[in-house]
Amino acid sequence: MSILAATGDAGFAILNWLILVPAVGAVVVAFIPRGREDLARPVGTAFSAAAGALSVYLLAVFDGSDPGFQFESTRSWIADLGISWHVGVDGISLFLVVLTGLIFPIVLAGLDPHGDPKPYTAWMLVLQAASFGAFLALDLFLFFVFFEVVLVPMYMLIAGWGYDRRRYAANKFFIYTMAGSALMLVAIIAVVSLSASDGGITFDLNTLAERQSLATNTARWAFAAFAVAFAIKIPLVPVHTWLPDAHTQAPTGGSVILAAVMLKLGTYGLVRFGLYLFPEASVYFAPVLVTLAVIGIIYGALVATMQTDLKRLVAYSSVAHMGFVVLGIFAFTVTGLEGGILQMVNHGVSTGALFILVGFIYERRHTRRISELKGLQKAAPVMAGFFTVVMLSSVGLPGLNGFVGEFLILIGSFATRRWWTVVAAAGVILAALYLLWAYQRVFHGAPDEVNAETRDLLTREKLVLAPFVAAIVFIGVYPAPLLDRVEPAVDSLITHIEDNSNYRRPDQPVVVPAPTQSEDTGAETGGEG
Amino acid sequence: MLDLIWLVPALPLAGFLILVAAGARLGEPRAGWVATAFTSASFVVTALVWISLLGRDAENRVFEKVLFDWLPAGNLRVEAGFLVDPLAITMALFVTFVSSLIHLYSVGYMHGDPKFSKFFVYLNLFVFSMLMLVLGNNLVLTFLGWEGVGACSYLLISFWHTRESAARAGKKAFITNRVGDWGFMLATFLIFTTLGTVTYTDIGALAPNLAGGTATAVSLLLLVAAAGKSAQLPLYVWLPDAMEGPTPVSALIHAATMVTAGVYLLSRMSPVLVHSDVSLRIIAVVGTATALFAALAATAQHDIKKVLAYSTVSQLGYMFLAVGSGAYVAALFHMITHAFFKALLFLGAGSVIHAMNDEQDMRYMGALRKVMPITGATFIVGWLAIAGVPPFAGFWSKDDILLAAWEMDGGGGLGKVLWAVGLFTALLTAYYMSRQVFMVFYGEAHWNEARPAPATDNDEVDLAEFEGPPETVTVEAHSEVHPHESPWTMWVPLVVLATGAALGGLLNLPVIGDWLFLERFLEPVFAGTMHHITAGTGTKLLLAAIATTGALIGIWFAAQVWLWRRVDGRKLEPRLLEDAFEVDAAYARFFGGPGRATAQLAADTDRVVVDGAVNGVAQGTRRLGFLLQPAQSGLVRQYAIGIAVGALGLATWLLIGAVA
Repeated sequence: MSILAATGDAGFAILNWLILVPAVGAVVVAFIPRGREDLARPVGTAFSAAAGALSVYLLAVFDGSDPGFQFESTRSWIADLGISWHVGVDGISLFLVVLTGLIFPIVLAGLDPHGDPKPYTAWMLVLQAASFGAFLALDLFLFFVFFEVVLVPMYMLIAGWGYDRRRYAANKFFIYTMAGSALMLVAIIAVVSLSASDGGITFDLNTLAERQSLATNTARWAFAAFAVAFAIKIPLVPVHTWLPDAHTQAPTGGSVILAAVMLKLGTYGLVRFGLYLFPEASVYFAPVLVTLAVIGIIYGALVATMQTDLKRLVAYSSVAHMGFVVLGIFAFTVTGLEGGILQMVNHGVSTGALFILVGFIYERRHTRRISELKGLQKAAPVMAGFFTVVMLSSVGLPGLNGFVGEFLILIGSFATRRWWTVVAAAGVILAALYLLWAYQRVFHGAPDEVNAETRDLLTREKLVLAPFVAAIVFIGVYPAPLLDRVEPAVDSLITHIEDNSNYRRPDQPVVVPAPTQSEDTGAETGGEG
Repeated sequence: MLDLIWLVPALPLAGFLILVAAGARLGEPRAGWVATAFTSASFVVTALVWISLLGRDAENRVFEKVLFDWLPAGNLRVEAGFLVDPLAITMALFVTFVSSLIHLYSVGYMHGDPKFSKFFVYLNLFVFSMLMLVLGNNLVLTFLGWEGVGACSYLLISFWHTRESAARAGKKAFITNRVGDWGFMLATFLIFTTLGTVTYTDIGALAPNLAGGTATAVSLLLLVAAAGKSAQLPLYVWLPDAMEGPTPVSALIHAATMVTAGVYLLSRMSPVLVHSDVSLRIIAVVGTATALFAALAATAQHDIKKVLAYSTVSQLGYMFLAVGSGAYVAALFHMITHAFFKALLFLGAGSVIHAMNDEQDMRYMGALRKVMPITGATFIVGWLAIAGVPPFAGFWSKDDILLAAWEMDGGGGLGKVLWAVGLFTALLTAYYMSRQVFMVFYGEAHWNEARPAPATDNDEVDLAEFEGPPETVTVEAHSEVHPHESPWTMWVPLVVLATGAALGGLLNLPVIGDWLFLERFLEPVFAGTMHHITAGTGTKLLLAAIATTGALIGIWFAAQVWLWRRVDGRKLEPRLLEDAFEVDAAYARFFGGPGRATAQLAADTDRVVVDGAVNGVAQGTRRLGFLLQPAQSGLVRQYAIGIAVGALGLATWLLIGAVA
């Protein structure tokens, strides 16, 4: 337990506890005796919720004005190789950690795995612990370990609790991602050994990023290897085809976590280990990544339009949405990158909720085929209402969360990547097309006999969706508390890129002071009446 | 008082939230009264704000109220703030006024609908969004309202969602509008990257710094946005279909308020527009072309609401012509008078439809004036107003627009051409509206005449359709029809709006000395961007006389055909006009054909090529494994031979290397 004693700051090492609590929970659940499997979900939910509470506490004590890492905890692990247990949180990872903290207990408590709850719950908790680890790790080796560990429980969840083609989907998911990871491992070893200096060898992210001692070409090759691994995870076109299969075959809970948390490992990795570690190479490769992102936005939307399976449609919408995130990241403007980070959270909330709704439809109708669904709004108006709100969020309606992210990404990237942005903005038209068309076919029209029997949402199901809708509205109306905490870290990251490459962020347009008339009126704000 | 501006949108928002929480429990009619009360209260507050604004000097009537930072990110600062100036308050006044009346009307109209309270949920949300649109102090907040009204429009068009045609129309409206939204977003981005602000007052101050090309680009992108929301060529196609929604929705959203948002946006951005003559001319041409096009289509419609829908498209075209001529006040004047008379006409049509047991085909109406005296009389007022007969409201506002077109600066003879087309369109307007009035309220009763066989049942539409052509309205077998006057909740709004349609001209009456109230009030907003009329009284009177003659000719001709039946009307209604020149059908063919094929191609490519490659690699690896499998036979002798051969080979190679 010495690992829990933070070095540097006294007392309570909250980040270690974040990782440890669900991990311990997994062990506890695994030891629940046979015959008392009914305890698995309550116990698992309790551990998961405890971690969630910790993440909320972290949010409360996080210093929003500090651009650096906070609550760092370092413990030497394999000293000879310079590998350490080093975790920390900054504005870039903060909300992904909170999302991970909150979404797991909701999924565990609210979504029935339909059989074998004990291993399901245990794997979920392992997944939560590993996801925390991946978002918090500040050591390349530690990150890699968590990045890989995440695969195992997800593989088990798909293969164990999925639908008819679950084995194919699980294998494809696992092998595809592993192929990318292999490249990343080689790159990590290369970076670490080539950066070794008199100070010795180190896997520490901050040290390596600040040192920037790699030759330009080496760094570019290493970045490319990292980027391939992350591109598969995000996923970017053309390495995305594992995602529709994994999503469609995974149980609802698995799909939610996959969309909300696991895909973010890819985009988060690009920011944390792409931009930070390889600023010059990021700038060099940015046109490629932005192009792939924009292709993904349009192509993902087109392919989504023609899907016949509702869950597959949502999966392809993820490809399009994650394209926006990548565009924002490689805009290299504070606004765009902030939008990208916020959009990771937004996509988690909206797409997570969409998968839950599709799961509810499946539980009732035992089909996800759009052509077999019809007129559900008549039969289940409350479900239709929830679906409408989530759909409008996904479409990017202002006042809901999706718009804030998308808008910041687009306005931020317009300054540096104008023509890409023009095309990407057209993606919002297509998003409306595939989602509204699907909604029309599934919910509108007069239901036939089978569909007319569809039961509306139960109270439990409404409670599962309520936090998602609350987040959708809150972030849409008042995103400032989130943006304020993200901004310092993002700003310092872009400064880091400027310091280490020939990139310069675009000048802010010179704003001539407004003429006296509006100054007068501005001063009167609050007067009169 | 000015400080209370936040209440204006907050009240309908509160109504919306209350109805979301408790609408079903309140039920009919209380939910309707709650919604009406909140909207009316919003109107009262708007009026109070307006009065205190009037208390200030003319140049000093600008007021900003910032609530909080909405989107603070990097250089970008988007406030949740309100801008109160003559333009905003004028919009807010007529929006809340017309909204209150239509809420009241809806209490009667939606009587007995199982989703009664849901209707008012959407309606209040709409009013909130519309007020955010006109009161927002920056482009992004306007965009919030812009998209919000679009979403409400979607929800309300497909309100009767079990009807496939309604569901399809709602979706079509939203997606078509999204094309416009794309223009709106890009215009915002371009403004922000060049001026570093999205706030209107700053844009107004900084716009002179814009390069000509940028100003043109922004203006044209705004035109794309406005053409979507205000149903101009080539994006108008959603509006005729939007008539699938309940009639109060058609009146409020698709005639009086939402569709004017494009005109508002262009007026608000006049400091940018003024730097691009070419854009202004394009706006004028688009507007005039739309006005003519839609008026021609309106002459051949049989559905009472479709006539009004095409008429709305046409009248919005006039407003674009006004904007393009720099006559922003005329555009807003016409927007207001149009809101009166078109809302009146739609509500009158709703009253008729209500009385006729949901019949919408004008061929089965006639002589309704006698059984529905109030509806008939008010509809006639609306008719005279839109036809441009003095002294009704439409005459004055349309006249202002035509005068401005006549005087359009530069552009060769473009202004005169647009004036002539506008004049001809006015004649058409008088014709098609007279046709409608004569078919519905005069002549003989055709209420219980046999209908042709009903169209195939809508419920059996092929689910795989992508974007089919619009369905014809289902003709249901009617029981014996006994038309009757509507309840007071419905006719009171008719009377109020009829008063507006009759007297609305007073707002900006040029005759009595220098009254021109609206122009004086709005002028400070458009200082430096507005075209000032230079024509003398003689020219003005001459043009007005010509326009009036045109209107009278249109009415006279319609009377020949539809009242006195001296000409066979069917000869005047070729299929091409009824189908609005097949534009919509061509779109449907394009999106259903090549559009759909492209998406299918992408989907197939993804499955066969992209994913095929992945599975191919997997298969290849597997085959390679099988190929190499025999080597691992488990027979020690084979391994020994392998080792021996290998060692021999290695030795040979080393030896050759050493020798060479």
